[in-house]
Amino acid sequence: MTSPIAGGVDCDLHPAVPHLTSLLPYMNDYWRDQVTTRGMTDLISQSYPTNSPIASRPDWRPAQGKPGSSLADMQRQALDRFGTATGICNPLYGVQMVFSEDMADAFCRALNDWLVKEWLDKDDRLRGSIVIPVQSIEKAVAEIERCAQDRRFVQVLMLVMGDMPLGKRHYWPIYAAAERLGLPIGIHAGSAYHNPPTSVGWGSYHIEDYVAQAQAFQTQLTSLIVEGVFARHPNLKMVMLESGFTWLPPFLWRLHKFWRGVRMETPWVDRAPLEIVRSNIRFSLQPVDAPPDGDTLNRLFDHMQSDELILFSTDYPHWQFDGDEVLPKGLSQDLVRKIMIDNPHATYPRLQVKETVR
Amino acid sequence: MNIQIRERPEAAASAGIKTAIADCDIHPARATKDELHPYLAKRWHSHLETFGVHAYQGMMEGPPYPKAQPNASRRDAYPPEGGPQGSSLSFMQKQHLDPNNVALGVLNPLNTGQGIRNQDLAGAICTAVNDWQIEKWTSKDLRLKGSVVVANEDGVSAAAEIRRRAGDSNFVQVLLLSRNVEPLGQRRYWPIYEAAEEAGLPIGVHAFGFGGNPITASGWPSYYIEEMVGHSQCQQTALASLVLEGVFERFPKLKMVMVEAGFGWAPSLAWRLDKVFSRLHAEVPHLKRKPSEYIRDHIWWTTQPMEDPESRDHLFQTIEWIGWDKLLFATDYPHWDYDEPSRVLPAGVSDANRQAFYLDNAKQLYGIS
Repeated sequence: MTSPIAGGVDCDLHPAVPHLTSLLPYMNDYWRDQVTTRGMTDLISQSYPTNSPIASRPDWRPAQGKPGSSLADMQRQALDRFGTATGICNPLYGVQMVFSEDMADAFCRALNDWLVKEWLDKDDRLRGSIVIPVQSIEKAVAEIERCAQDRRFVQVLMLVMGDMPLGKRHYWPIYAAAERLGLPIGIHAGSAYHNPPTSVGWGSYHIEDYVAQAQAFQTQLTSLIVEGVFARHPNLKMVMLESGFTWLPPFLWRLHKFWRGVRMETPWVDRAPLEIVRSNIRFSLQPVDAPPDGDTLNRLFDHMQSDELILFSTDYPHWQFDGDEVLPKGLSQDLVRKIMIDNPHATYPRLQVKETVR
Repeated sequence: MNIQIRERPEAAASAGIKTAIADCDIHPARATKDELHPYLAKRWHSHLETFGVHAYQGMMEGPPYPKAQPNASRRDAYPPEGGPQGSSLSFMQKQHLDPNNVALGVLNPLNTGQGIRNQDLAGAICTAVNDWQIEKWTSKDLRLKGSVVVANEDGVSAAAEIRRRAGDSNFVQVLLLSRNVEPLGQRRYWPIYEAAEEAGLPIGVHAFGFGGNPITASGWPSYYIEEMVGHSQCQQTALASLVLEGVFERFPKLKMVMVEAGFGWAPSLAWRLDKVFSRLHAEVPHLKRKPSEYIRDHIWWTTQPMEDPESRDHLFQTIEWIGWDKLLFATDYPHWDYDEPSRVLPAGVSDANRQAFYLDNAKQLYGIS
């Protein structure tokens, strides 16, 4: 087993909203009335059914309520247990899934305010991601600007499967705001289900949707790179969260080969895809889609040709590993330090200085 | 491989590979728009003239993502007698089959009835293409073998076409495309698998096709390169569907070939499937083995476009994870991203593995002595 070192940054923690009514105190009268009068109950995504084994490690599942809904549990099971100095909260509540931009905006604002009050205010180690109503670029940018005033928000969060490929120019005002405010864009597994959850249609099973996250990340990386997001925003970092990463080398071999063949189509892509990934893209550690032997994993790291790409994550409370094996076997101490401390600090500018909050 | 900037001297074409090879992905084309008419009932001639081909995509002429060059094909592959690239047997022999020592060439016709919404028309065109493959190609050059194309969205008609061709040595596989109305493991496609297994024909699943779904799970991208790269993600998902729906449990003798979709991603996909399966197997109790085992036993991979990492060790390690016995060499002739046989494998491969890669795996899979 590879032991974690103290002082790490856990880049993917999932605090759960117990119920839509938990957000009522953070909504205005109109939206409180909408939720109540229309009988809205909860916003649980098909991506993470509450009782699915993947949604919670068995020994992290609370006797009652949703996994990840208790701060005390998160502290005991993840933050304290792995000696975490900083934990980034990525709420996966289904607020991005609704179709109305007004509703999405109200719910995102409530979710972000809820995160501050119920989590960030209660544990100095915690940092937050800004959940945005992608249905409206104007509203998304406004929400980024509103939340960014609180330096404990360290990134903007988007889902890997939405309405359009993320490289599309439509989304660039979001990226401009994020770059200007020192916020990486975190792209997390999960679908808004505004399109079929795979590029070949609707599968039958939850397991298919989950496996397909890795393919969705691949298509988004293609889009982000070839549309020229990083030529326009060279200082913007994007973090692929709960994406897996062992698919990266063969994906880049293919993208690189075709880029060499048809680069006349996207002349603004002035660096090889691998170089763009090295400078602008990062990946959270869990899940590790590799066999359990250290030898294979080290070969995969060699195929990635960089030790700066991976950021420590537990994916708490999702079930990605058992016991204390949060780090896969075979990592060198040097790599452990990079993954747990150096790489996250190089990625998130707002972690550089220990903030005095409030 | 890409743009012809000057005339190639004749000698260059004969500088090919010395040992015999199998090319498991050759695309024969029709010389004229009407070349299928002799194989189609009269009613379809006027139907095509009036309504054209009503496909699962919006463009009546041309592909939704314009290719990088005409017909996505080599500019030096136009036959001297006219017609598009890949439409002349004699020129294919002269430019490709003879100089490259192709002992077995597997034809994968695109632009058939697949992806057409009218299923009667889809079936009629597929049957016509199969007849055309025999008359124009496989009966004229015994090195060439055809693929049975079928109306992919109509399992009953597709199965009937497979049974009609069963035992015909002109054909060595059934051809599907990766993008269909639903993921390929879905039950609407099972009659195809049942008939193929019964006929002892592997199923080639070629990257491409139209099923009406955007080529990403986030909608339609902007560029041709996204479609090209995206085919490998479609293939990954289609393969996951085949495994997770239990197709290989249901049809234990079925063999499939992933054609022109890359193979480098196979280990990562298999590891991911195994890992998720260890958590979620209760949802798919029809699977009796780990997903990676079905892939190892039932799937072969054509090589073009060859994985091309900077380090050949990375390539060799990836192939070892998959198995040297599972790769089938292919050029994709006459398409622009054609792989040159003599240059595709770096140095450092054992003679036995080279022989398996270039020829023996294909002969064994397709039952060619």
